[in-house]
Parts: sequence; structure tokens; C-alpha cells
Amino acid sequence: MEMNKDTMLDLYRQMWRMRSFEELAATEFKAGKLQGFVHVGVGEEASTVGVICQARLTDYTTATHRGHGVVLLKGAEAKLMYAELGGRATGLCKGRGGSMHMADLEKGILGTNGILGAGAPIAMGVALGIKYKKLDDVVFCYFGDGQSNEGGIHEAMNMAGALKLPIIFVCTNNQYGMWTPLTKASANVDLAKRAEGYGIPGAAVDGNDVLAVWESAGVAIDRARKGEGPSFLELKTYRYYPHSVGLPDPWRPKEEIEEWRTTRDPIDRFGKVLMAQDVKQETLEAIEKETVDEMQEAFNWAMQQPFPDVTQAYQDVYTNLAVEGRTV
Amino acid sequence: MRNMNMTFALRDTLRQEMKRDERVFLVGEDLRQGTFRVTVDLHKEFGEERVIDTPISEKAVMGAAIGAATVGLIPVPEIMFADFFTCCFDEIMNQMAKMRYMFGGQCSLPITLRMPCGISRQAAAQHSQSIEAFLTHIPGLKVVYSGTAKYTPGLLVSAIRDPDPVIFLEHKKLYRDSADIGDEDQIEPVPFGKACVRREGKDITLVATGAYVNDCVKIADAMAEQGLDIEVIDPLTLFPLDTDTIYKSVEKTGKLLVVTEENLRGAWSGELVSIVAQDRFSALKKAPIRVGALDTPIAFSPPLEEYIVPREKDIVQAIMALK
Ligand SMILES: Cc1ncc(C[n+]2csc(CCOP(=O)(O)OP(=O)(O)O)c2C)c(N)n1
Ligand SMILES: [Mg+2]
Repeated sequence: MEMNKDTMLDLYRQMWRMRSFEELAATEFKAGKLQGFVHVGVGEEASTVGVICQARLTDYTTATHRGHGVVLLKGAEAKLMYAELGGRATGLCKGRGGSMHMADLEKGILGTNGILGAGAPIAMGVALGIKYKKLDDVVFCYFGDGQSNEGGIHEAMNMAGALKLPIIFVCTNNQYGMWTPLTKASANVDLAKRAEGYGIPGAAVDGNDVLAVWESAGVAIDRARKGEGPSFLELKTYRYYPHSVGLPDPWRPKEEIEEWRTTRDPIDRFGKVLMAQDVKQETLEAIEKETVDEMQEAFNWAMQQPFPDVTQAYQDVYTNLAVEGRTV
Repeated sequence: MRNMNMTFALRDTLRQEMKRDERVFLVGEDLRQGTFRVTVDLHKEFGEERVIDTPISEKAVMGAAIGAATVGLIPVPEIMFADFFTCCFDEIMNQMAKMRYMFGGQCSLPITLRMPCGISRQAAAQHSQSIEAFLTHIPGLKVVYSGTAKYTPGLLVSAIRDPDPVIFLEHKKLYRDSADIGDEDQIEPVPFGKACVRREGKDITLVATGAYVNDCVKIADAMAEQGLDIEVIDPLTLFPLDTDTIYKSVEKTGKLLVVTEENLRGAWSGELVSIVAQDRFSALKKAPIRVGALDTPIAFSPPLEEYIVPREKDIVQAIMALK
């Protein structure tokens, strides 16, 4: 595949931005500075970057409960995301949502979601809206292998196929739900094959190879923009952290985690590709360091932000109706 | 007697009932690990045929329970967070609750649906909700919601042995609450429709549910120093409801305060106040008061979450208004 070096270096940087964001979120959650649940996607960077970095600003995406990376790389500001994770007034959603409800609609980010499978029918509806308005934007609909067994995902894929909607279903198959492995959750672990059942193209891709992801996503995006309908990408990948930061993780063999980390890491792998093309190691290290600094600065800003005033608790329930607060 | 926290007490109760009756089985997501540890390792004892880790498919979980119950099994499904009941609400409301009635009494469905509910640790709008009003509204369901650890395991025994569908709500904050429970395999059933008077008093009747029961007992104890004698009642089962105990208390005090975590509009607490108003109007010396969450979703940010659900000062203020 042809790709110029600047684009490649940018992809490398975006992978590091996601990782640095997530690593810092995990560290600070453990340190008690962030609340709620924090699900990080360290290890899954290629499956996010290879797809979402091809999106236009006017395209849309949903994200899962493990969706910080998608939100960040679709264009949300890191500092506002950290402020959201910290429940601050200036957070991306004014601190009302937190990790699982993080949206930036102006940038086409339809939100992370706390209800598995719930994003897919909504994404399909956004695609319907795009087609209705005769635009050539597309929608990315992210979901994990575990939630691929929610009814809503199937209904959305089928209807998107029937109506030929401009949507790309992206399954990040990290092979586990919270703890239960995919092999226990489905008799067919080749999730891409499900596409055939809906009459749409499906591709199983090495989700830790950013260039392979980029290429297959490109094909799906082209198809969707041309009005040829949806596609399904299954991106095989792995997460390094437990389901949610701080939870026990006894169901995945230690060696398996180690194996993915040391031999199949998407950033390491892409770094080697770049070095084979004469990119210097110092260049790569500088990129890494810049993203670490970027995220630290964003986090520091977020921690300076105020918590919302309690009157914020009862704003925005309706557009045109007020809700009462407390009397004391 | 053994002193145990609710996580382990509930687990022990499940174990007791599974040992007692081979038809009892567990079905739900990630049960082998147990999100709140209630079901952890039970598969080691009973095998994965009786502790079934399902795909992430709530409709299928509830469908499996209903189907298996119609052929004589006793399913104990779990929905990981009560908020996700919406993903199988058709199964709960249109199938499970009505099947016996619609089919002319041909079957009964001895299903116990366990669901952790309520706020805890800034879990935000889709992992913090109180859903009791949705469920008590449905004819055909019984709803258990204990705030009193001593009785919680026994209520689970009754739920599993009950011939009808029972919704068993477990407030997440109460898993760490401990109590003396029966010896191994000796946890006795606690009857439905019998409230627990957690604190006797003559001035105000305070009915509280879930995690607010303990809080209200504490508040009542503190108010006693100011000469106010508050009776705190935990209904334990929201339906069937022990109106006798509540009415008797209201006849004594003439004053009713209901404290629940639900947002107030359409809440179960409204149902309670309405039946008391209708049936014991003449006993009431003041208009009853309900304290509940604001009519908003539960916000993530800690100060907002804390403000949305009833705070101690909201409860005290209501007590002072009734005094
Ligand atoms: C409707 C619903 N059911 C269950 C859950 C609890 N839950 C949250 S994440 C998760 C596992 C999801 O697995 P997968 O889709 O593979 O995503 P991953 O966590 O692996 O990224 C579960 C069971 C939920 N949030 N919503
Ligand atoms: Mg997964």
C-alpha cells in the first residue's frame, strides 16, 4: 500500500497519543484522582487509529465503554476529556457523563456508551440521516466482540444492509468480554463471517497492524461514501489492562497477555516498519515523549478546573422545561 | 449463626438452595467471576451446567430463564446492573410477568431475577439507577428490596422457593453490610409481605428502602437526642407490601415520611403515600412527605451525584417539617 512518510509518522503519533492518554488515565485513576469506571484500550491503538484517522470532521462515530481513543482521535481535546473523567465543570460533557458518556457532537463524536450494543442502532440512524440528506459522510460504529451478541447490533446491521446505509461496523475483537472469552460466547469466533448473513461485505483483519486496518477501512469507507452500503470489519486485537482499571483479571493467562504485549504490540510493530524505511529511532522516541508531555499538560490543566456548581445537576434535562433543584 | 457480609451471605444462600434442589440454576453474564462476587466460584461446586456464563445478551438470559421455568426448572438469572433490565424488558414485562395469567393459570414461573441497583462510586447515569417503580407497576411480579442485612439472605431463600417470578434488588452499597445469618444450609426463608420495624418510635413513621434504611436508622437515633422518637420501617418486599405494619405505625404517629433513592416522579414512594392517604386519611395529622432523588438522570461528577440523591440534611429537613 502506498502511503507517504508524513502520513505514516502521523499515524505513529496518533497511536502514541491514544496510548499516552490511556496510560495516564489508568495511572491517575489508580491514584484516586479520577472516579467511576475507567476502561482503557492500551494495546488496541491500531484498531482505532487505522480507522478513525481516515474520518473527515463531518463523519460520525460511536464509541464503546472502551472508547477514549476513538473520542480523542476523532478530534476531541484531551484536556476536556480529562476534565470530564475528573467530573469537572469544563469537561467535555460538563462533568455529567464521565468515561462512559463522553460525546462531542460538533466533531461527529456520538458518545461512548454504558449500555452494550446500544450504540449500533443509533449509529445506523445517523447513517439513515446522512443518506436522507444526500450527503457523502459516513458513520463508524464501534463495538466489542462481547457485545456483538447483543440483539441491537444484529438489528442495526441487518437494517443498514437492507437500507444500504453509509456505515462501517467496526468490531474490536480483543477476544474477551469482561472476563468471559469469545470462545465461550459464540460457536462462531470468526465474527466477520456474520456479515454474510446480512448480505454485506465482511473482512477479518489483523487489528494490531495499523496499515492493514487502514487499508481495509479505506475500502469500506469508499464503498459507504459511494452509496454502496455498509461493511463489517472485524479487527483482531488485545487489551493489556484488566476490563476496567483496578479489577481482577484471573481469566486471561498471564503468558497470553505477555505474548501480545511483547511480540504483537501495534506500536512496536509499526515502529519497526518505520525504522525499516529509515526513520530514526530518536525520531520515534521524540514522538512518544511529545505525546506523554501533551497528555500530562492536558491532565494538569484538567485538575485545575472547578467542579460543577450543584445547580448544574438539574440543567439540560429538557430543552424547554425547567427541573427543580433542592430547597436546602 | 455466622457473621457474613452480604456478598458472601447471598452466595451462601444460592449455594444452599442449589444443594437443596437440583432444579435451581444460575444464568447470567460473567457469573464465574461475579461482577460483585456474589456468584464467584460457584461453578467449581456445581459445574458450568448450573452456573451458566452466557454471551452478553440480556434478552437471551431472560428468555432462557423463562423457557426453562416453563419446563420445570428454577432459574436464578442475574442482570449485572439493574439499569440493563431495559435490554430484556419485553421478557420481564410482556412474557414472564403475564404468562401464567394469559395462559389461564396453566403454568407458574418460579424465577428469581437478581439485579444490583442504586448509586455507588460515581457509576453515572446508566449504572446507578433505582428501577423499583417500573417493576412494582407490573401485575404478576413480586419485588424484594431489602435494606436490612439480617433478612436479605432469607428473603432470597423465599424468592427461590416462590412459585412466581420475583425481582430481587440488591443495593450495591449494601454488599459490604454484614449480619448474623443462619448456619450452613440452615438459612430460613423470610416471608414476603412482612415489614421489619428497624426502630420503634411514636412521633413519626419513616419508611425507607434499600441503602437508605441504615442511614435513616442512624438519623433517627441522632434525632432521639433531640427528643424526637422516629419509627423506621423497612418494607423488605415492595410487593407484596406489609400495609398492616405501616398503617399501624401511621395510626400511632399520624405522620409519614418516605425516603427512597428513586427520583420522585412516578416513584414507588408515591404509591405508598397514595394508599396511606386513601386508607388512613383520618389518622394523618400532617401531609406525608417523600424524600427522593431529583427528577434528573444521575450525574457522574461527585458533587452532582451527591446532590441528586437524598442527603442527610434533606431527610432531617423533612423530619423537622413533620415534627
Ligand atoms: C447491556 C449491557 N450488558 C452488560 C454490560 C456490562 N459490561 C460492560 S463491558 C462488558 C464486556 C464487553 O465486552 P466487549 O464488547 O468485548 O468489549 P471490551 O470490554 O472487550 O472492549 C460487559 C459485560 C453493559 N455495560 N451493558
Ligand atoms: Mg472484547
